[in-house]
Amino acid sequence: MNAKNANLAWLRGCCGALVWGTCCVLSSWAVAQPTLQRVIRDSQQRVVKIYGAGGVAGLEGYQSGFLVSPAGHIATVWSYVLDVEPVVILDDGRRFTAQIVGFEPTLELAVLKIDATDLPYFPLPENVEVSRGQTVLAVSNLFGIATGSESASVMRGNIAAQSKLDARRGTFKTAYDGDIFLLDLIANNPGAAGGALVSARGQLIGMLGKELRDSATGVWLNYALPVDALRSVIGDIVSGVQRSPPAAATAVLPEDQAHGYETLGIVMIPDVLEKTPAFIDTVQADSSAAVAGLRADDLVLLVDGVRVDHQQMLRRLLRKRDRRDPVNVTVQRGAEILSFVLQPVPR
Amino acid sequence: MRLSGVNAVSKSVVWRSLLLLVAMGCSLPIPSWAESPLQVPQLVLEAEQQRIAAIEKAKPATVSVFVPGGAGGGSGVLISSDGYALTNFHVSSPAGVYMRCGLPDGKIYDAVIIGIDPVGDLAMIRLLGRDDFPMATLGDSDRVQVGDWCFVIGNPFLLASNLQPTVSWGIISGVRRYQYPAGTLLEYANCIQTDASINPGNSGGPIFDQRGDLIGIVGRASFEKRGRVNVGVGYAISINQAKNFIGYLRSGRIVDHATLGATVVTAPDGGAVVSNILESSDAFRRGLRYGDEILELAGQPILTANDFKNVLGTLPKGWRVSLVYRHGGQTKQTLVRLPGVHLEDELLVKMKGALPPPPPQPQPERPSRPSNDDPRQPGGDDEPAAEKTALEVRIPAHVAALHADRRGFANYFVNQQFQTKIYNALRERFPDASPKTRWLLLGQTPAGRDVEIVVADDFQRITLAATEQVEEQRLELTKPAQLYEAIDGRTPLATLTTLSGLRRMIQRGPEQYGDTYYLGTVPLLGETPLRDVLVGTTGDIETRFLLLDDQLQAIEAFAGRDRDPAELFLHYDDDESKLPMVLDLRFGLESEFIVNVQSWQTEPITEETD
Repeated sequence: MNAKNANLAWLRGCCGALVWGTCCVLSSWAVAQPTLQRVIRDSQQRVVKIYGAGGVAGLEGYQSGFLVSPAGHIATVWSYVLDVEPVVILDDGRRFTAQIVGFEPTLELAVLKIDATDLPYFPLPENVEVSRGQTVLAVSNLFGIATGSESASVMRGNIAAQSKLDARRGTFKTAYDGDIFLLDLIANNPGAAGGALVSARGQLIGMLGKELRDSATGVWLNYALPVDALRSVIGDIVSGVQRSPPAAATAVLPEDQAHGYETLGIVMIPDVLEKTPAFIDTVQADSSAAVAGLRADDLVLLVDGVRVDHQQMLRRLLRKRDRRDPVNVTVQRGAEILSFVLQPVPR
Repeated sequence: MRLSGVNAVSKSVVWRSLLLLVAMGCSLPIPSWAESPLQVPQLVLEAEQQRIAAIEKAKPATVSVFVPGGAGGGSGVLISSDGYALTNFHVSSPAGVYMRCGLPDGKIYDAVIIGIDPVGDLAMIRLLGRDDFPMATLGDSDRVQVGDWCFVIGNPFLLASNLQPTVSWGIISGVRRYQYPAGTLLEYANCIQTDASINPGNSGGPIFDQRGDLIGIVGRASFEKRGRVNVGVGYAISINQAKNFIGYLRSGRIVDHATLGATVVTAPDGGAVVSNILESSDAFRRGLRYGDEILELAGQPILTANDFKNVLGTLPKGWRVSLVYRHGGQTKQTLVRLPGVHLEDELLVKMKGALPPPPPQPQPERPSRPSNDDPRQPGGDDEPAAEKTALEVRIPAHVAALHADRRGFANYFVNQQFQTKIYNALRERFPDASPKTRWLLLGQTPAGRDVEIVVADDFQRITLAATEQVEEQRLELTKPAQLYEAIDGRTPLATLTTLSGLRRMIQRGPEQYGDTYYLGTVPLLGETPLRDVLVGTTGDIETRFLLLDDQLQAIEAFAGRDRDPAELFLHYDDDESKLPMVLDLRFGLESEFIVNVQSWQTEPITEETD
């Protein structure tokens, strides 16, 4: 049995956080096994509460996240909560305004960054062994119970199965179509999304997903995204490989040289809000957008890999693109995430 | 039949626990037992045995509460062998006075309402017919940690039609949770959160730790879009909060929770800081001011406004507790009297509003289930049934005989019993009183000056004997208003106010004293053990008699709420002494007048020239 190896891996992971390293070593001497309480306490200290947009029309204005670097990188789900600059509250009660430093639409994953150092965090180990029936803990801010400096809630259950999500067939409305852990544990409650799924030894094994309901049966899904699916993207964002380039890095071009809605052939919905979402209203026939395959009601998420928050931002980004160059556009269409290359149409 | 039912429950629990433990497989080198016969490691077997023992220990005290007439029900737990049990206010309220309660022994007992705490969602009921009921062992909920194993026993979905309760096992998911008031009244402070299944009908039932000790009363769950079924988030009122209220609930009153008369916010750099304070509050009189940082309340450390609300929310109205705060760089320790969250009438009105409406009459076209709109609506955890209303149910005579109505009380009958008991204790220990006699107390001040105290119906006097330095001093009260002024003026004469209150009680008894009731139990000077309190109001003076084991330890006389009462402490040689050795009059926390008592007698009033 590889219990011993796993124990060592757990120790290595834990010692990354200096504060707790000593405790772990001591307790492993005494009992060679962290107690459930110890594992839970360590996990709670690595889970954060995230507050942002919402709080109306049955949309909760909060979700969960977990620290993935000592420098304050936080993995969470990409959702409407992040439509405003989110506020992050750590287990110790400290409160930060967070920056969104990267996101991956196909995983519905976002990485936030707060200005802090020496934080306890979850390492993202390779080759995490997860077996059916294994006991797991779900640590999250479900229902927003943990107000103020209260610690995140902990629930215990088991991995029921590892399976693909029936996403593309419209059973579950999500962009993610990879493997998931099905849980025998009612983990995916309001506000739980972005929480940590950890093993009984305190190893991170997944991220709790958004609430999903089977459109045919009405059954709510209890699941988590495996850390295997998240590791490389989180790693890239944390190490800076994937990063939204600073807005000022490229110069704004004169209007008659830059791209705009007209050069691409799209008409957006009226920009009447401070942050109007970048929904396409109509696509003009024979335009570069039409040739590439964009459609009305597509939501523009990325332009050349840069996140589009709202229409003003989309216009600013396009003003920095030379109208003779192609533009990469990623959109959300229903539950799907699609990417297109818009080639300039010669005039 | 009954036995096999018990076994079936335990067995399924045992198997589930066994599988879970094996599945965890944390510390144990598990042999490849797929191909060999099942060999269970010793540790797992021991854990299994402990779990069985805990459930066997806990289960007998679990109560299945049914509202007669099929108007719902819930759960409860026995905490004394003479039948006192705790449940939720929202479980007992649809029943009113009378409930039917099943125990796992397969018998059904009649139960009568005793006391209710609408704010804390607690109710005390009493099961009738035995004096040897099984009872739960009360644990210490302050020691409960996240991750501890726990289990809930109760009557979910009113399944216990064979009176065998349901056991669900889980872990503690959170502690020191504060759940904002739902509606206008209910507040869950410092509560316990668990992932053990809690469903409608579990309300009012017990949650136990892994040893089978009672750590809380289940009462609430987060429900939302998945319907009114467990979603892994249930809450329990901590047993330590319940312990604070047990004495109050036994009084038969409708009890209220405490406030400080000050609001507190968490400062940006940490700490719970006073953001507002009423000048009429005892906290203000004890020196607490705007901007002061609260460090401790009732012996519990306070680091945030959340901590403050959590601790305060578990305290009953009228308690006096310790307060430690920082004022101008100095740490100060004092005692504060806690007023109620509500005015008395306000509480009664709000409580009426919080009561679930009587179950609807059968109306086929209208669904009888409550809607799921309110995610945390605690009421209606009980399963409603629409066939009959509870109002049609006739209360059996032997239950009705143990209940009396009075405004502000759930059951005035039990309150009267306590009044009589305390009155008898006072009469037993203190000298007689009648219109034709007076009390004569002789003693000395600590400085050695002789003191004579006379207390009669309409005349009271303190005489301080002459010494070499000073002449004799006579302080007399001849008008009732002077008793009040003595408190107001913080003079030694307030000794006479408190003593005439005592004499009046002994002479007239609670029926004729004025407005009299038994309050319940409170700490004395912020300290346990809790003391019984009898309250009597006559004229404008409210007098409180604090007793421990039938021994009167303090008399507090209030002249209005906005100033310090006169407090007369009675110190005894030992627990058996009938009469005190020392009388110590205090205002706030300062002694004003001390008498070492040499004799305390009744003598006839003669026509002497006083």
